[in-house]
Amino acid sequence: MNIYVLLKRTFDTEEKITISGGKINEDGAEFIINPYDEYAVEEAIQVRDANGGEVTVISVGTEEAEKQLRTALAMGADKAVLINTEDDVENGDQFTTSKIIAEYLKDKDADLIIGGNVAIDGGSGQVGPRVAELLNIPYVTTITKLEINGTNVTVTRDVEGDSEVIETSLPLLVTAQQGLNEPRYPSLPGIMKAKKKPLDELELDDLDLEEDDVEAKTKTIEIYLPAKKEAGKVLSGELNDQVKELVHLLHTEAKVI
Amino acid sequence: MTRKVLVLGETRDGSLRNVSFEAIAAAKTVAEGGEVVGFLLGENVSALGAELIQYGADRVVVVEDAKLNQYTSDGYAQALLAVLEKESPEGLVLGHTSQGKDLSPRIAAKLASGLISDATAVEVAGGNVVFTRPIYSGKAFEKKIVTDGLVFATVRPNNIAPLTKDESRTGEVASLSVEIKDLRAIIKEVVRKASEGVDLSEAKVVISGGRGVKSAGGFEPLKELANVLGGAVGASRGACDADYCDYSLQIGQTGKVVTPDLYIACGISGAIQHLAGMSNSKVIVAINKDPEANIFKVADYGIVGDLFEVVPLLTEEFKKLKVHS
Repeated sequence: MNIYVLLKRTFDTEEKITISGGKINEDGAEFIINPYDEYAVEEAIQVRDANGGEVTVISVGTEEAEKQLRTALAMGADKAVLINTEDDVENGDQFTTSKIIAEYLKDKDADLIIGGNVAIDGGSGQVGPRVAELLNIPYVTTITKLEINGTNVTVTRDVEGDSEVIETSLPLLVTAQQGLNEPRYPSLPGIMKAKKKPLDELELDDLDLEEDDVEAKTKTIEIYLPAKKEAGKVLSGELNDQVKELVHLLHTEAKVI
Repeated sequence: MTRKVLVLGETRDGSLRNVSFEAIAAAKTVAEGGEVVGFLLGENVSALGAELIQYGADRVVVVEDAKLNQYTSDGYAQALLAVLEKESPEGLVLGHTSQGKDLSPRIAAKLASGLISDATAVEVAGGNVVFTRPIYSGKAFEKKIVTDGLVFATVRPNNIAPLTKDESRTGEVASLSVEIKDLRAIIKEVVRKASEGVDLSEAKVVISGGRGVKSAGGFEPLKELANVLGGAVGASRGACDADYCDYSLQIGQTGKVVTPDLYIACGISGAIQHLAGMSNSKVIVAINKDPEANIFKVADYGIVGDLFEVVPLLTEEFKKLKVHS
């Protein structure tokens, strides 16, 4: 089975966000595999181990994403592809990324494409479904279970807390929701092996794409931090009285109840 | 410039969701005086058209087909593309719900259009329709415009105020016949787990538990409080990782982002990853044994104490308040 994983390098979830020169300040920040993409990598490895085949992890970004791709290889993926857009794309958006990925995948005969349901930085969740549409294959988002039987696929999808059991078939794109699996940590032998696994680097030219073909359809005009919250009121006194006071405050001061 | 803007009237269990009325309000801003056209997809949904109009839509287009009874990406995309072809709008607004998140990128890809997901505000400024949206799960915000294609956005529930319902407003509710072809993904079964019936993303009140609830049973007092307040129950990653509850309840940078009127954090320490999912709630109450817990830094009101003592007392006190008012 020919399996592809869409992976994004993101800020660590524990990082504080600061802004300098109108942009998110990346200096000194820790970067990780987008947590939802980690589920995608794990699922791809499990599907390959059960069905045979190969797992290729793709990332669109800069050279720095190599580190996250190596981590995915260390987890057990077979190959990695970095589509380096550093020189060609200044302000890409989801249109840009999905167009590039779809262009790369269009002649790869992918059976299964797995991504995270959302990236924790941009948070739009657009790239997966956009890629599926461009490749004209079905997709199911926010999945918590994947069962493959030949070309028949049964997936469980998280829908705002409820779940839907969906029957579909390969080729297919799915996006991972938390609960799909427990991503493994790369083992030491895994890390050693990953160093020798192929990691190809491509640019737009290699995909016969011009900068104009992938020009963003949206534009960010301002980035700002939310207003700092003033320290709140920690109540004191007898617990009973605190609770009474709290309910009173919520009713009369905050007026939310 | 005036625009014609389409808005999806999203239904659940036969009723329109609030987010659809919020989407109409957003569409009114995008339209800049142009026509706002609601559309409904499903079976026996045309009766809901009047309500969309009462909330500000000028008219409504209905596509009725048994294949649209349940949301599927294939079915809804076919119907929506037919409506788009018929109406040729300049704008499109959906709720940023499970449906909206699933459907909108596909439509945007089909039309080679920009799409602004998860908008929390919309305004017209400097000749542009400007959307505000959270990034890094609300640790920062960006203002964004569409530069090519439809002015297309999904709006986060609970953030844009709906217009006041005007029962005297009337308009045309017309049906459009669309042939829905084969669906490539079919829903075999729906398992209801969100049992309390109040959706986390749309809830006005969220009662959330962390490691401090200590067990699955420890969520019971939180559920009782949520019931009294008509709210939903949420959880921190710590509680989910410890198997006290289902991951579908998780609030945080991984998990759901919520912005209720009232968020009550019980036994939650307040890791950055959790704060990202709830710190934009209007009013935050923290209940924690540890006076140094980080959660008190973002809370409007705090009680230092054991949640198993505080929460039942709160439930009783809110019950009394409900009786009096």
